[in-house]
Amino acid sequence: MPESNEQKRPPIELVCPAGSLPALRAAVDNGADAVYIGFRDGINARNFPGLNFSAEDARSGIEYAHRRGARVFVALNVYPRPQLWEGARRAVDEAARLGADAVILADVGLLQYADEHHPGLNRHLSVQASATNWRALEFYERQFGVRRAVLPRVLSLAQVRQVIEHTHLEIEVFGFGSLCIMVEGRCALSSHLTGESPNTHGVCSPAHAVRWEETGAGRRVRLNGVLIDEFAPGEAAGYPTLCKGRFEALGNVVHALEEPTSLNVLDILPQLVGAGVRAIKVEGRQRSPAYVAQVTRTLRAELDACLRDPVRYRPQPAASAALERLAEGSTHTLGAYSRPWQ
Amino acid sequence: MRLSVGPLLYLWDRPGVFAFYRELAGLPVDIVYLGEVVCSKRRLLRRADWIAIGRDLSAAGKEVVVCTLALMEAESELSSLARTVATADLIEANDMAAVQLLRDRPFVAGPHLNVYNAATLSLLSSLGMRRWVAPVELDTATLSALLKQRPQGLEAEVFAYGRMPLAFSARCFSARVRRRHKDDCGFVCAEDADGLTVHTREGEPLLALNGIQTQSAQVRNLIGRIDVLGRAGVDVLRLSPHSSAAVRFEEVVGAFRAALDSDARGAQCPPTALPGGYCEEYVHTARVSGADPAR
Repeated sequence: MPESNEQKRPPIELVCPAGSLPALRAAVDNGADAVYIGFRDGINARNFPGLNFSAEDARSGIEYAHRRGARVFVALNVYPRPQLWEGARRAVDEAARLGADAVILADVGLLQYADEHHPGLNRHLSVQASATNWRALEFYERQFGVRRAVLPRVLSLAQVRQVIEHTHLEIEVFGFGSLCIMVEGRCALSSHLTGESPNTHGVCSPAHAVRWEETGAGRRVRLNGVLIDEFAPGEAAGYPTLCKGRFEALGNVVHALEEPTSLNVLDILPQLVGAGVRAIKVEGRQRSPAYVAQVTRTLRAELDACLRDPVRYRPQPAASAALERLAEGSTHTLGAYSRPWQ
Repeated sequence: MRLSVGPLLYLWDRPGVFAFYRELAGLPVDIVYLGEVVCSKRRLLRRADWIAIGRDLSAAGKEVVVCTLALMEAESELSSLARTVATADLIEANDMAAVQLLRDRPFVAGPHLNVYNAATLSLLSSLGMRRWVAPVELDTATLSALLKQRPQGLEAEVFAYGRMPLAFSARCFSARVRRRHKDDCGFVCAEDADGLTVHTREGEPLLALNGIQTQSAQVRNLIGRIDVLGRAGVDVLRLSPHSSAAVRFEEVVGAFRAALDSDARGAQCPPTALPGGYCEEYVHTARVSGADPAR
């Protein structure tokens, strides 16, 4: 039950992704304190074909998690345009009816709706709300009684500390997974090429707009006809998000925005714990149950070790290696947490 | 419909900025947005300079609005925001931090606040929003639907001319592409008066780098859509400043003014020298061999 789970909450929650019931079970069985899911309705930021939960699956998943002491959050984090509005409202109602422990929202209108109609349902501020400072958090806290906020992946560690010092909200930060290099909620690159963005449709570089071409010299990948990248034979080819493509700038062909790489915070886990973050989030509702199981197991062990002895904690080399193998581009970065990255 | 000039999105040198606004005082625009939206490190103009420019533009009969940063992370940026709120009359909020400080005062909701539905419009309106600049990715049909049920007294503004702001990052791309760190950027974005064009490997102009902001390479030009925007209920058209290397901006203003004052159909902007050229559609259309006409 949400109330009893509330009382047993760990000092720092490990929040893991699930795009399906098997992934949810994998997360819970491998030590997630909370799992976040989305409905199959286009209202969430991983609106991919074949992914996400029916109401029945969500009910089973929530029951499964609660019986094992884990919480379930429902992400409803697109910005619904008028044609999606009724569906978005119904999704909030549904999350409340199913007994979700929180809804993760970005849209101001939807936050207000949830506050007015389901005051007992915890409201978390989605990373898509682009709240990168405590003053903005104050707005959401005061206006809608938001309890927790997920910070965009653009703040340095020092800035995360500053936010936590100045806010009453619980702060959740990303710990592992694909790396958005733009401020979440403030990136329209995908819609500029395909007409669909995370804000409007809950997708980035939608699969229907992607086209791979085999040529004599390797593979090319296009997004709605526009050449995003070209790979030599044998070269690893990642999913063609516009921000991780190779383009020509100042006469050089380069990853003008970012290399394909994953975020991994193991190296600064003690600092995040010391800063007072209340939850570490794993990206990847689009990933397989096997992936979710392995990442959850690895991060569970590392987080426990860090909480036992933050001063002497060092990432287990085996853990780092395991995460490296799973990472996009098989490389990792601290992203914006580390100032030189910026 | 009225005509506005949006905030200067690029880093121009001091004489260039002063000259631009001196000329603008004599041009037929109704509203001028001032201040820095992109990067807090750009301080070639100090607060006092902006205030002086604003005073001259007010004296010339323009409505002056001061813009706030889109991405606020540092304490110093929040302090600066508080000073702006304390000193400026009318402010364009581009982050909820600004909305929080401006509540119950009239304000303009900038294009970087995420407003996509009537409930959000209504809530911001109850907090003091008097004008709403629609996000660039919002389609005209949705805009029109929203404006049919708009809160009383709310004006709508559309980004009608200029390279479109598409994304913000913590990372400075103008510095990175020149192999410099953000903390030692040397203000290299000043080398790109209209942003640095990025091409695909097939030579197609795609994006423009402007510090931590990414823009479209193509220049949006909605002069041919004024009728449609008017029918959708748009009140203000925003022209985003470009340098004389890109276009004669005073002629852009003149063309839009002529279109608004007389027959919208005949008016044309002078051509832009920027490699992306003009576009009317928000969604980029591939123009090289990759374009698939069947799509």
